[in-house]
Amino acid sequence: MDNKKYKISRRDSLRYITLASMSTGMFLSCNPEEKQTEVEEHGHEHPETAEGFANLSEEDLQLLNEKFFTDHELETVRVLGNIVIPADDRSGNAEDAGVPMFIEFMMLDQPMLQIPMRGGLKWLDLQALNRFDAEFINCTPEQQIEIVEDIAYPEVAKPEMSQGVAFFNRFRDFVATGFWTSQMGIEDIQYLGNKPTIWEGPPKEWLDKLGVSDIT
Amino acid sequence: MNNLQIKKNPKVYDVCIVGSGAGGGMAAKVLTEAGAEVAMLEAGPDFDSSKGDMFKWPYQSPRRGAPTHRPFGEFDACFGGWEIEGEPYTLKEGTKFDWFRARMLGGRTNHWGRISLRFGPLDFKRKSLDGLGDDWPLTYDDIKPYYDRVDELVGIFGTKEGIYNEPDGIFLPPPKPRGYELMVKKACQELDIPVIPSRLSILTKAHNGRAACHYCSQCNRGCSTHSNFSSPSVLIPPAKKTGKLDLITFAMAREVTTDNEGKATGVSYVNAVDGLEYHVKAKIVILAASACESARLLLNSKSSRHPNGLANSSDAVGRYLMDSTGAGMGAIIPKLIDGIPHNEDGVGGMHLYIPWWLGDKKLDFPRGYHVEIWGGRTMPGYGFMGNFHKYNKILGELDGMARPNGGGGYGQQLKQDYRRMYGAMVGLEGRGEAIAMKDNRCTIDEEVVDKYGIPVLKFDYTWTDYEYKQAKHMHDTFEEVLDTMGGIPLWEKPTKEQGYGLLNPGRIIHELGVTRMGNDPRTSVLNKYCQAHDVKNVFVADGGPFVSQADKNPTWTILALSMRTSEYIIDQMKQGNL
Repeated sequence: MDNKKYKISRRDSLRYITLASMSTGMFLSCNPEEKQTEVEEHGHEHPETAEGFANLSEEDLQLLNEKFFTDHELETVRVLGNIVIPADDRSGNAEDAGVPMFIEFMMLDQPMLQIPMRGGLKWLDLQALNRFDAEFINCTPEQQIEIVEDIAYPEVAKPEMSQGVAFFNRFRDFVATGFWTSQMGIEDIQYLGNKPTIWEGPPKEWLDKLGVSDIT
Repeated sequence: MNNLQIKKNPKVYDVCIVGSGAGGGMAAKVLTEAGAEVAMLEAGPDFDSSKGDMFKWPYQSPRRGAPTHRPFGEFDACFGGWEIEGEPYTLKEGTKFDWFRARMLGGRTNHWGRISLRFGPLDFKRKSLDGLGDDWPLTYDDIKPYYDRVDELVGIFGTKEGIYNEPDGIFLPPPKPRGYELMVKKACQELDIPVIPSRLSILTKAHNGRAACHYCSQCNRGCSTHSNFSSPSVLIPPAKKTGKLDLITFAMAREVTTDNEGKATGVSYVNAVDGLEYHVKAKIVILAASACESARLLLNSKSSRHPNGLANSSDAVGRYLMDSTGAGMGAIIPKLIDGIPHNEDGVGGMHLYIPWWLGDKKLDFPRGYHVEIWGGRTMPGYGFMGNFHKYNKILGELDGMARPNGGGGYGQQLKQDYRRMYGAMVGLEGRGEAIAMKDNRCTIDEEVVDKYGIPVLKFDYTWTDYEYKQAKHMHDTFEEVLDTMGGIPLWEKPTKEQGYGLLNPGRIIHELGVTRMGNDPRTSVLNKYCQAHDVKNVFVADGGPFVSQADKNPTWTILALSMRTSEYIIDQMKQGNL
């Protein structure tokens, strides 16, 4: 099996080993070699192309080489995306996870998404121009946050911000998909599956926490 | 000179099967193993489910699994959908039906939920019990031996529960329940609702030369080890091994041809790749093209002997169309927030479910439904935690620090919110029995043809009050269960004006009934062996023969009926009756 695909950080791998020993450890210890072999036979290769993508169709390769955003729009997506999901001690930001590239691809893949995105970015720039006499990416970080604050909370946003709120809701969802489906995001959120294993039920610690250890 | 020629294969097959899914695959296996020469027509390409997108990560695709080209996501194994380019269908004004079609070897068996429920004794005689629809011309006891043999052949996990109308099968051990599933069970125990291990055709032990499941939860993508049921994994290989199966792919059937006596002589088809017309001769024709495609073929096979379409003197072809009812609800379960990371994949589907439990109660709707359960720390995919602004404010309330700004947000807090709420959603999906109505039907559209020039189906389906009341009851159940779990609903409970959230007919992809069986040739298309009353060498082996649908997924019954029909054909051939 290609270890590269399952590369996880040391901290996460320690966590994983602990959990694995809770869930499958007993089974594996009965006859570890045999079980390990049985599981490894279930690997599946996806030949990789450039950018780490696998099994791409010609149409998709072509879309990857096309551009939808202008340089200015792409920079706006980059800056705004990093405001939505910034880096912290556990993982990088939206840009590190390839979010701008993902959003651009989706614009080409599903053209019905284009107008709301392009129009929303334009709405953002006009807000910035009216308030601070600069396009969004040329505002100071404090000014950018001031605008984002006004559109990031649907329940309390002013009525005149409604188009910006709708845009930001969609944008937040795009960033979330792009970030959490990236390798970095998946490691961060600790999705520990997508590998051959032997299912022995959840860890006892989890069942105890849910109060269902005695449910049979 | 005529450019349009029909290429006729001189070989006369014993049987021509149209379609390669559950029904067609089973017929091919049983018939070829008995020595019959079989031609199988499949409208799409060949397919081996081990070649699917197993273990692919979302980031290995630039669209991260988005459903741009496939309705159930990029990695889903099924080539097809509710819309297929060049193959339209139409609707009678004011009615709805969403018709899902697959175009590939194995058809829809490549991505289904593997929920493999037997119909119970009551499900074959509903008219005797509530006066609606019709009884089947056979009983549970007639079909039980075939269910048993399907269990043994294919492999299915489950537990013996002794519930009368949910008959036990021959089961492999079930996987242990997931944490959130046990929470559903605990809540249901308080409410006196049964929750039992699901019954899925996924191997928890090696079986008949196929490896045990490796618990990646990706059954809908295919299976690299053929550990779940699909026709190309389980039924087509043994048929091929006999050397008696000629599989003809990209063959879109046009018409069942007949002779002067009205007997079927074979099937004409168009090759979807070269666009040429072909004909295959056969002594017997089995239609297993999906219920509505089979009805379409019969209706399009008009002749002087069969002016109303083949096998349609009853005018029942295309009538009594059914699909399962479907409605669902999801909720955030606070206890699941801040979960303990663990691999929660399991098999590709639920490990527990709720069978229908109110069969002996007087309710304001007939028949019943079962409830499927979803949730957990599933692989992030396109649309991951979408509409997050609608529910992350819950976290503030739970922390005892109500968020003055409500849901939504950005930045570090948002990032942390996603982490905390991952795996905290649970959903319940009701799947119920609709009543077979004579006027719910498909007919041939008099004006529209598809890209092959084949007249298309026009659907005319309307839910009755029975189904709406059932959907209302489903939602009351969902609310009760999720509420008992401490859940916070993800969306509002649908109102009467919203049809109680009942999905369009066709959405559950259980089309059934349009070539129904019966003892009376005036009101049914097929006899109890799924043989056409009007044309004795024509059979149907998909969901078309169903008289009623039960609140169960139809595949196991399609397999059992197809096995029974195929053995009847062998028997009749031996006796010289066919």
